[in-house]
Amino acid sequence: MSSQPIKFIQGNEVCVEAALYAGLNFFAGYPITPSTEIAEHLSSRLPQAGGKFIQMEDEIASICAIIGASLTGNKVMTATSGPGFSLMQEALGYAIMAEIPSVIVNVQRGGPSTGLPTHVSQGDVNQARWGTHGDHAIICLTASNHPDIFTMTVEAFNMAETYRTPVILLFDEVVGHMREKLVMPEPGEMPIVERLRTSVKEGVDFHPYLPREDGRLPMSDFGGVHRYNVTGLVHDMWGFPSNSPQVAHGLLRHLVDKIQNNVHEIARYKTYETEDADCILVSYGSSARSALHVVENRRKRGEKLGLLELQTLWPFPHNIVRSVCARAEYVVVVEMNMGQVMEQVKLAVGSDQKVFLANRIDGVFINPTDIRNILRLIQGKGV
Amino acid sequence: MSIRNDIRERFFPHMWCPGCGHGVILNAMLHAIERLGIRKNEIVMVSGIGCSSRISGYVDFHTLHTIHGRALAFATGVKLSRPELNLIVPMGDGDALAIGGNHFIHAARRNIDMTAIVMNNRIYGMTGGQYSPLSGEGILATTAPYRNIDQSFDVVSLATAAGASFVARSTTYHVQQLTDIIEKAIRHRGFSVVEVMSQCPTYFGRKNKEGGAVEMMKLMKDRTVPKDSKAAEEHPELIQRGIFVDKDVPEYCDQYARVIETARKGR
Ligand SMILES: Cc1ncc(C[n+]2csc(CCOP(=O)(O)OP(=O)(O)O)c2C)c(N)n1
Ligand code: SF4
Repeated sequence: MSSQPIKFIQGNEVCVEAALYAGLNFFAGYPITPSTEIAEHLSSRLPQAGGKFIQMEDEIASICAIIGASLTGNKVMTATSGPGFSLMQEALGYAIMAEIPSVIVNVQRGGPSTGLPTHVSQGDVNQARWGTHGDHAIICLTASNHPDIFTMTVEAFNMAETYRTPVILLFDEVVGHMREKLVMPEPGEMPIVERLRTSVKEGVDFHPYLPREDGRLPMSDFGGVHRYNVTGLVHDMWGFPSNSPQVAHGLLRHLVDKIQNNVHEIARYKTYETEDADCILVSYGSSARSALHVVENRRKRGEKLGLLELQTLWPFPHNIVRSVCARAEYVVVVEMNMGQVMEQVKLAVGSDQKVFLANRIDGVFINPTDIRNILRLIQGKGV
Repeated sequence: MSIRNDIRERFFPHMWCPGCGHGVILNAMLHAIERLGIRKNEIVMVSGIGCSSRISGYVDFHTLHTIHGRALAFATGVKLSRPELNLIVPMGDGDALAIGGNHFIHAARRNIDMTAIVMNNRIYGMTGGQYSPLSGEGILATTAPYRNIDQSFDVVSLATAAGASFVARSTTYHVQQLTDIIEKAIRHRGFSVVEVMSQCPTYFGRKNKEGGAVEMMKLMKDRTVPKDSKAAEEHPELIQRGIFVDKDVPEYCDQYARVIETARKGR
């Protein structure tokens, strides 16, 4: 039994608690529904812990400020929703290019544009992947319930530090605003990854962008003993701009490989009753809760239904989806968009015919009856 | 002379055109830093994108070359997380006041301790000569072939109104004054703004028939007068140089330290 308090709180607050558990000490943000509570809670919690909170003039400034603060050696985060996430894209690319550990939370709402501010959506899956320009890799995690929000938030910080990259936490309005129980983990119960810092001594030439054999890049706190250059331009191992084709090729390969080669390490997912299932639901975030309800409910009636809940959306775990869905007759992707994850599932399964979409795009939470109705259609039973 | 020690010699010759004013500003800045005696490890230079912003590549400090217009936002993160560092933020006029205009006024309002240097050549140099928010009416630019109709900002009034606690202006012709002003700006505790009128002979000079670098610098001499001088009184159409604001206003990081104290007491 944990001696930690049991809390009855909102999803956004769980994210705050987990970020602090992971060592967050700098947050910059700009309020936007449905993510605002993250900023509000951190404005009181961070200074109590000696950390820094700043409300910037907009989302662009917010992500820029956390990049600056991360470089000086802090664990950093910003939180926003669709419109703000769009504004952050250029600087997100900068953080990818300059390899700055950082966590960006997007509590999704309906879009495009200001869309449905207070309603649920999962429409930013592809924006998280491809919102910024250029070829790159990205890590994007999600969760459907309070213990998992906690875990995935801590994991986001751990992965950001491990791979020296921005990590996106893609929640949705329902997950962010719902209230349920959270048992806080004990300090030390979950592993916390600290930044790999260079062992190069002062006065010795330091190469901030020279990866070790395992692909990790030790950092030196900006403003410390090593002076170096950080830029969003293609840069050499000292961080200085370069137009050399070899340097450009090597850098881009490194940025992509350090994540794509570790899909198996980064992939987080859960399976429910998938072993013998002839119909597998694939879902994530709040819609996975409805999907799980359908599975539990229909299993009792003898239907062979299973659920694959994805917690890592990017890099997309194609192999895992392929093997979990291998023997199923139908695969039904449950999401609140026009099929953004379904496209990836089709790629993984390798067949258009057996993959179906159960969605809602009207700002209303997809409930078990919605999913059940679509299942009946697919099974030719009529609604 | 030890300012050689402060540059990354292997990146010279620099990428600026012959006669570009940006080199003069680099020179004045390094002399100011030398006079202040700040250690290299205590200086962070944050810049955006543009010819001006390339200045950070040439100096042997902690240098952060960011994205267009956002240098002050990055610098705010660095400064608030490490208040003991000296932040110097050189920006082009487009970088600082077009795309970065919002960050500029808000950094001034917060009065966060950093030195913003606006390298004002009244044109977008890096993208090849389009008009900037400081070009002024009547100017020719690649995007103003019939002459510019946009009013320009007055950086000094703008920064003052936004709350900057140190505001000054000089030119690349007046190097001694410029060096003095940058020295005072860095020493000042709070948000300091130094507008430096600079020349882009390649785009502004050629297009507007102002001649080469020498002629353009001479124009800066002729078109400016010391602030509060008799000449300034007699010729209000001329641009004034000098320190316009130098006041004590609570600094942001100091204020934040108080927030932490309050938050901890409440626990
Ligand atoms: C978001 C974005 N928009 C546009 C550009 C293209 N761009 C690069 S530098 C620049 C303007 C440069 O002018 P200024 O800031 O005045 O500096 P200068 O080159 O004159 O020193 C522009 C528009 C960019 N890099 N990023
Ligand atoms: S284009 Fe103009 S601003 Fe840019 S380096 Fe040349 S002279 Fe300087």
